[in-house]
Amino acid sequence: MVPWASSQLAVPAFWGGSFAVDSLNGVPLDQSFIGRTYPPETSYEVSREKIREFADAIGDTNPVYRDPEAARAAGYPDVIAPPTFLTIINLASINSIVTDPELGLDYSRMVHGDQGFSYTRPIHAGDVLRLTTYIDHIMARAGNDFISLRADITDAAGERLCTTRAQLVVRGEDA
Amino acid sequence: MNVGDQLPPIEVRITREQLVRYAGAALDFNPIHWNEAFAKEVGLPDVIAHGMLTMAIAARVVTDWLGDPGRLLDFSARFTRPVVVPNTEEGALVEFSGKVGDITDDGIARIDLVAKFDGKTVLGKPQALVRV
Repeated sequence: MVPWASSQLAVPAFWGGSFAVDSLNGVPLDQSFIGRTYPPETSYEVSREKIREFADAIGDTNPVYRDPEAARAAGYPDVIAPPTFLTIINLASINSIVTDPELGLDYSRMVHGDQGFSYTRPIHAGDVLRLTTYIDHIMARAGNDFISLRADITDAAGERLCTTRAQLVVRGEDA
Repeated sequence: MNVGDQLPPIEVRITREQLVRYAGAALDFNPIHWNEAFAKEVGLPDVIAHGMLTMAIAARVVTDWLGDPGRLLDFSARFTRPVVVPNTEEGALVEFSGKVGDITDDGIARIDLVAKFDGKTVLGKPQALVRV
């Protein structure tokens, strides 16, 4: 099966819930991965067509995502991308990290716990993006593993455009 | 803009067709979002929507209201409950709303969002920071 990292499974109540229960399930994630950095292996060129396709998929009709003239009138060099467009490269990066066999993560038990984006400016068509990912934290609580990733997304000039944050949760056998 | 201002709400019926479309656009092909048999095998009641799709629609509440999406500075949410999408024309009805929670002296407003499906919130603390 294609490795995947997306979205939520059914109603894990561990955040906000009791962390008092302590059970040993499987092997915890390798803590030595904390602080590890994954430099960009490739770049991603943003196209008008991919932006329009993404805007269609989320049902967003804002003309700045579709019409270069409207985008220019709003002060942008070309059509811009919706705020969560960066999930495309963010998810690809998450998938490549969590499937690293040395990390020891069972991605069939993994759910997306949270996601955040901090923007410097909107992404626009023509941007050539590069993404550097960091493992900020790994912890085990109540039989679940939590892994916090951060990614800096830069343009061709190396200027930071966005920082993404994601927490992934690997459900323990009994969780 | 004042603290307490309500943003225009959005109601969306998420259908299987939209999930397939989103999977292709976002390159997220996790089968729990399109394969009913697989979803049930891993303990879900049915196919569920991508959390990032729900989050994308929540962002629309803010960007539709702002007009210029470039004023969005930060956007975050936790994924707390699944949106179950039946194989019907009606799909799953999800309701999105938001209000201005705070405005700082340096001109940044916090927008507190709500995404509800089946009477319950599906995103935890969905929040946007915007330039006033």
